[in-house]
Amino acid sequence: MDRRRFLQGAAAAGISGSLGCASMGAAPSKGRVVVIGGGYGGATAAKYVRLFSGGAIDVTLVEPGAAFVSCPISNLVIGGTKTLADLTTSYDALSSRHGVRRVRDSATGIDAAGKTVKLASGEALAYDKLIVSPGIDLMYDRIEGLQAANAGGQILQAWKAGPETVALRAQLEAMPDGGVYAITIPEAPYRCPPGPYERACQVASYFKRAKPRSKVLILDANQDVTSKGPLFKRVWAEQYKGMVEYRPQHNASQVDARSKTVKFEVQQDVRADVLNVLPPMRAGSIAVQTGLANVNGRWCNLDYQTFESTAMKDVHVIGDSIQIAPLMPKSGHMANAQAKVAAAAVVARLLNIEVNPVPMLTNTCYSFVDDKNVIHVASVHRYDADKKTFLTVPGSGGVSAGPTEVEGQYALSWARNIWADTLG
Amino acid sequence: MRTRHWAAVLAALPVSISAALAQDASALRASGLAAICAQCHGTNGRTQGDTVPGLAGRNREQIASLLREFREGKRPATVMHQISKGLTDQQVDTLAAYFAAVKN
Repeated sequence: MDRRRFLQGAAAAGISGSLGCASMGAAPSKGRVVVIGGGYGGATAAKYVRLFSGGAIDVTLVEPGAAFVSCPISNLVIGGTKTLADLTTSYDALSSRHGVRRVRDSATGIDAAGKTVKLASGEALAYDKLIVSPGIDLMYDRIEGLQAANAGGQILQAWKAGPETVALRAQLEAMPDGGVYAITIPEAPYRCPPGPYERACQVASYFKRAKPRSKVLILDANQDVTSKGPLFKRVWAEQYKGMVEYRPQHNASQVDARSKTVKFEVQQDVRADVLNVLPPMRAGSIAVQTGLANVNGRWCNLDYQTFESTAMKDVHVIGDSIQIAPLMPKSGHMANAQAKVAAAAVVARLLNIEVNPVPMLTNTCYSFVDDKNVIHVASVHRYDADKKTFLTVPGSGGVSAGPTEVEGQYALSWARNIWADTLG
Repeated sequence: MRTRHWAAVLAALPVSISAALAQDASALRASGLAAICAQCHGTNGRTQGDTVPGLAGRNREQIASLLREFREGKRPATVMHQISKGLTDQQVDTLAAYFAAVKN
């Protein structure tokens, strides 16, 4: 009876949008959920546990950042047509509209037996279900000299949107016309498969406007462009002819900060005026430290139906830190989609109802090839109970025919909607 | 008398519980399915801005027929013809009913 009342409440609140903390205040809590990480995955999970449960489940979000800064669209800051402020959204609505309790701190440990999360402040948070969405860590130590070069500000990654995004833009502005910008790409999987190629386009677009004698070098550890390959290659050949050069099978092994030189496992050294090195990536540090990253110590293995960790009971992992299913990108859109599947599973278990046997995920990644024109890749993923993984639905998904301004409008609309869906 | 009473309760119990569970689970499943549209069309189909159409409160038959036209390639699109091919007929109907019931 209780359960039914709550779910009816959930449906009504979700549908009418009238969910408020005050109206839920009298109802006893049906459980405590703690969410670690306030990115696309964690913030969405926090909001949707509240929505799906009609406010019946208490949610605490642990995130050290003052505000959410989006990685998607951040290449436009590097291209010079957006600012970091355009990508920044407050966490306030999660609390004021959805009743999420926010703790501005970092998680330093998980006691899976005692079901508590340890915080840097020393405080411990008790949970019934834990959702971990820690994003990625950059493995600077895989490239000799990179840690110091990055700390010194000479060689940037700008792969986590924030101060480095702005600093990389400043390096490009300071570079004289006729200079070389080089970006190195690690072996897949890494965060945002089309991101490095979009960034190359953004830098080329800026050079074409402001420094037309300059060059863009893409040094890719992979055998070929990992996302939207034919589309990007056509843009480089036509729109940025003579400016962008793509070199596959370039796995960076060492950098020299003073001479801005990158060495490779096999290929010849490359010197650049602005050197942008993306090291290999792995799950965020809390996942590595706690053993949640149980695939080669890098990614987190899961029961994909619920995103529950195979390493710890009642702990769900979402976003860029997971071991991906086939054709599943590490993207903000995908993290948001996974968050909803995990949130629904957590709500179902806490309210003791059946977990969705066939959860679905969608993904759409837009890439700006200049300041206005955009291409996309889209996919639909359905959980396969026999294979126990997500598979793309046959015949679904695809890419753009070519770059268009219409898709540029849709890309900006996507950003506005997903930011509101994640945080609003 | 007493025994019969309890027997009746016990016999009735599994049926009423499973009916309640099915109803609850299906409401949660519909909300979960609708959430796959939200990244582009807004939470519960309430879109931000005027570039991408909202879904909240729209006519049920209209939503279903639009999705089917996208899926069958009868309506031109940038992305929706690719996304809609990932949906079953039943999912199309569930989405249409869900969004039609949202107060805009």
